[in-house]
Order: sequence, then C-alpha cells, then structure tokens
Amino acid sequence: MSFLEIKNLSISFGGVKAVDDVSFAIEEGSVFAIIGPNGAGKSTIFNLLSRFYEPLSGQLHFSDNDLLELGAKDIARLGIARTFQNLELFEHASVLQNLLVGRHVHNNQSWWRQMLFTDSVVDAELEHRRKVEEVIDFLELAHYRNQMISGLPYGVRKKIELARALCIEPKLLLLDEPSSGLNLEETEEMGFWIEDIRRDLNITVVLIEHNMSLVAEVSDRVLAIVNGRVAAEGSHTFVQSHPDVVSAYLGDAK
Amino acid sequence: MLKFIKRSFDMRILFKTNYKQDLNLAKHSGHRFWYGLLILVLFAAPLILDGYYIGEATRVLIFAMAGLGLMVLTGFTGQVSLGHAAFLAIGAYTNAWFLAQGFSSFVALPMAALLSMTGGLLVAIPAARMSGIYLAIATLVFAIIVEDFAGHLNSITGGNRGMMVDVPMLFGYQIWQSWELYLFVLIILVATTLIVLNILRSPLGRAMIAVRDSEISSQALGVNPMKIKVFAFTVSAAITGLAGAFLSHYMLFLTPQIFGILLSIQLLLMIVLGGLGTVHGVFFGAVLIGVLETGISIAKDILPSSIGGLPGIEPLVFGVILVSVIAFEPTGIYSRWVKIRSYMEFFPIYRRKSFKRQRAYLKTERLR
Repeated sequence: MSFLEIKNLSISFGGVKAVDDVSFAIEEGSVFAIIGPNGAGKSTIFNLLSRFYEPLSGQLHFSDNDLLELGAKDIARLGIARTFQNLELFEHASVLQNLLVGRHVHNNQSWWRQMLFTDSVVDAELEHRRKVEEVIDFLELAHYRNQMISGLPYGVRKKIELARALCIEPKLLLLDEPSSGLNLEETEEMGFWIEDIRRDLNITVVLIEHNMSLVAEVSDRVLAIVNGRVAAEGSHTFVQSHPDVVSAYLGDAK
Repeated sequence: MLKFIKRSFDMRILFKTNYKQDLNLAKHSGHRFWYGLLILVLFAAPLILDGYYIGEATRVLIFAMAGLGLMVLTGFTGQVSLGHAAFLAIGAYTNAWFLAQGFSSFVALPMAALLSMTGGLLVAIPAARMSGIYLAIATLVFAIIVEDFAGHLNSITGGNRGMMVDVPMLFGYQIWQSWELYLFVLIILVATTLIVLNILRSPLGRAMIAVRDSEISSQALGVNPMKIKVFAFTVSAAITGLAGAFLSHYMLFLTPQIFGILLSIQLLLMIVLGGLGTVHGVFFGAVLIGVLETGISIAKDILPSSIGGLPGIEPLVFGVILVSVIAFEPTGIYSRWVKIRSYMEFFPIYRRKSFKRQRAYLKTERLR
C-alpha cells in the first residue's frame, strides 16, 4: 500500500460536486503537486484529508491508518501537518507561542501537573523549546521569535505557518498555496525550503500551487484537478501540455 | 535602594542564556522587586487602613478572583459568558449551607468550588458546541435558572427571605475581624492567580489561546477544542465558585437578587475594561470598579446634597468612564499600562506608532 492513498473520493456542497471521484496515491519521500483553476476543488481535498469535511464516498488511507475512522483533532497525531491558504495563525500570541502549539501532540503531561507546573512539566517544556528552536534555526525565524503575530508582515506569517506545521515533526506536510502573496524572492526561498524539508527532514510534501515554475522546480509528480475531477497526472511537463489542462486554463480552441 | 528603584525603570537589556529563563514567572530583577513589593504592601495593608477600607479592599479582591475565573473562560479561551453570577451564587450558597451545618471552612470552601465546578461541567458540555451570541444567551439562561432555583429552594437557601452566613471557621477559630477575612481572601487569591499563571505557561494555556484565535487550525495541530473548552469552563467555574464563597462572607446575608444579570454584566465589564486576555487586566478592572464604587459613595457624602443626593449619579459616572475607556483605549487599561511602561523604559526614543493597531489579514470564513 502507498504512503498516502486516496480512492474514489467525492463530496458535494448542495448541488456542486466539489470533488468528484478523485483517486491518487503518493509515495513516501516525494513531493506531489496539485494544480488546477480556482474553484477546482484542490483545497477541498486538503480539507477532506484534514477531516474538516465528511466525504460522500471514497477512502482515505495514510500508512495503514483509515483516516475516515478518525476526527479532525486526531490527524496531527498521525504525523500529518498542514498550512492554510489564508493563514490561520493565533493572532494574539507570540511567534514562539504559535510554534509551541505545534508541539501539542507531543505533550503528555497531566492537567494537574500543568496547574502546579511541576518539574516534569518544566523538563517537557524545555524539550519542546529545543525542538521549536531547531525549526526556528531551520527557517531563520530567530529575529521574530518574541514578536506578536498581529504585527508581522504577510511573508513572515507564511513562514511561521510552515514552521508551526514542522513543529509537529510530521511525516506528511500539506501546503496550501505556499507561494501565494509572496514576492519573487520569497517564492524562490520557499522553493529551497520545500526541497530542504524533503531532503533533510525526510518529510513527504503535498502542495497546492498556482506558480508553475515553483511546481516544476520542486515536484516529482503533478496532479491537475479541473471541476473536481482528475484531468491529468504525471510529470509536470506531461501535465502542463495535456490538452484537458490546457483547455481548462485557456479555453477550447474552436 | 533608590538606585535599585531607578534601575528598575531604565531600559533593560535581557541577556538570555538558557530556555528556562523564559519559563520563569518573574522575568528579571525588576519584576521580582515590584511584584514582591506589591504583595508585601497588600499583606501589610491591614496595619495602615481602617476597617471600612479593608472591607472595600476585600470586595476588590473577591471581584478580582471572580474576574480571574471569567478571564480564563472569556479572555483566554474566547467563550463569552453572561452567566457567571450563577457560579458565584452556587459557590456562595454552598459555602453558607455547609457552614450552617457546622462544617469548617476547610470543608465548605472546597465544596463551594467543587459544586460550582460541577455546575460548570454541566453547562460546558452543551455550551462547548456553541459560540458567540448563542453561547452568551445560553449562559444567561443558566444564570436565570440558578437565580430562580435559589429563590425556590427554601429549605437550603432560605428562598427570597434570604439566608444568614456564618463567619468562616478555621481550626475551630472563627474569623470575625474584617482584616482576618481580608488576609484569608488575599492568600487564596494569590494561590489561584499562581495556578492560572501556571496553566497559561503550559500546553493547556497555549491550547486555550489557540482555540480562541483559530479553532480550525488548533484542530489541525491536534488540539481537541471541545476538551479545551470544557476544561476552561470547569476551571473558570471552580475559581468563580470560590470567589462566591468569599462573597457570601463579605455580604453576610444572601438573597437570590444579589446574583442577578447585573452582577454577571459587571464581571464581564470589569475584565473588558481591564484588558481581555491578560491576567493584569483582571486586577486593573477589579480595582477600577472598586475604586469607582467607593469613590462615588464618598463623593456623595462630601458633595452638597443637591448634587450628591441626585438619583442615578452612579450609573452616570460609570457610564462616562466606560464610554471613554472604550473610545480611547478599546483594548483596556492594561494596554495603556503597557504604553506607559514602555514610555518609561525607552524614555527618549519612545514612539507612539509602535502601538498602532495593525490591520487584520483575511481569515478563512468558509470553514466555520
């Protein structure tokens, strides 16, 4: 069985079939890109994987776990981390606090120990902090460590959301439009980081992306979704030149 | 000594050499000095102030404790409650009943917290599924139910005729003096504040803030928002119940009317004025409300009776202050305090713009 396997996934909102019989599989250690026009159902696939939505039909398997048996709060524990298209950071908390929330799945201290802040909690906190600092070093966020999110520019927030996802120490990372809202330089940086995440941290990455040069740079396989259906799957050159994909973006030549 | 005081105002450059420094409650010598001094002064207050003012101070402390309870729920977990008077009522009546049965405060106080906590748990299970205005209405209804219950449970609460409260009993010693009650409340308040601060610096507190700021991403990070909300409700109810128990000693006589909607609103106002989402805010709010009430009643005696005797002067002053705080410092007194503090800290180079409010970025509404 593949690392992540999606079979015949469907969901509809009212009369709109947002995701319609989509199947694909992702190998461990690869970078997999999902492309498609706006409203094609890309983010819906992520929200289905995060179990925010209940699918009409289909199967979701992640390394021998049936995701449909789990709730949204259990997904992170399996080692699936994600970012959001429009940023979902904890605005009124510091960068450090945001990243430490990413360590929540690794917390095993009972509530009364936390209330008394016993030595075991202190030790656990120091351990979380060390892990968080590794991520801070990795993404070069040291400068922002103690700042509030509400005062930071968009590009930095984007990076912090990625950092927070990495704090989970995930096996699979879902990135929803990592380059949207970033300038040219930041986009390039994001490309390097995605490659580093795959190579150095050994994390499988799935990204939804509109920027084709970033997709070409980092991804091993590309999946094109058009109107909730799979239009093409393969290497980025194959998908980019596939007639169904071209017509979805540019319209039919008549 | 003077040099030390001056130094605690100066711009401070903290050299952090280990991660443990960030876990400490007092971050530097200035914190240790000023908070130590504050606690010392609070404990020494009965030596300086006479009975009336100690009584007023006791009320401030009791309200601070109740506000602390509400702050855990509303300020840190983002769940509005318009029914916290209910928990005060449960705590007050439980405490009074157990004392009337001849138990000591060692039984009565924990029972007050426990019963209020149970009430909180019962409310939390349905309330954790609600948010915003619906939650406010649900908690409001709960408060009305509790008030009605207190009015009809004649055998326990004395109904609308009211109920006398015995003085606290510790080790067979009865606490009659107002300064004794003051110290008793102060000790418990310091302890509860420490517990709340501990929660806030541990994973639970961070999870609460996560649920408040973005429920959806807290879930994606493995936080169970339902569990966190129920936890916040229970802790909040327990602390407020404890405050209620002390309130019963302050009041000496309980009637259901004390625990009406106005008390709930006053509590909520208090923490909003003080600064939502900060522990400092609770105390600022409690002191403000306390000083205002005492100040108005003193001013009434001093002013000529043609002005002082006018009905509705209290709501007027309250209203003016509320409106001006909301107009000029919507984030509460605490943020004004932060500004004053940084003005002194960075004295010649302080810039007003550093506290300019930033625009909020678009948030995903679709998932809600």
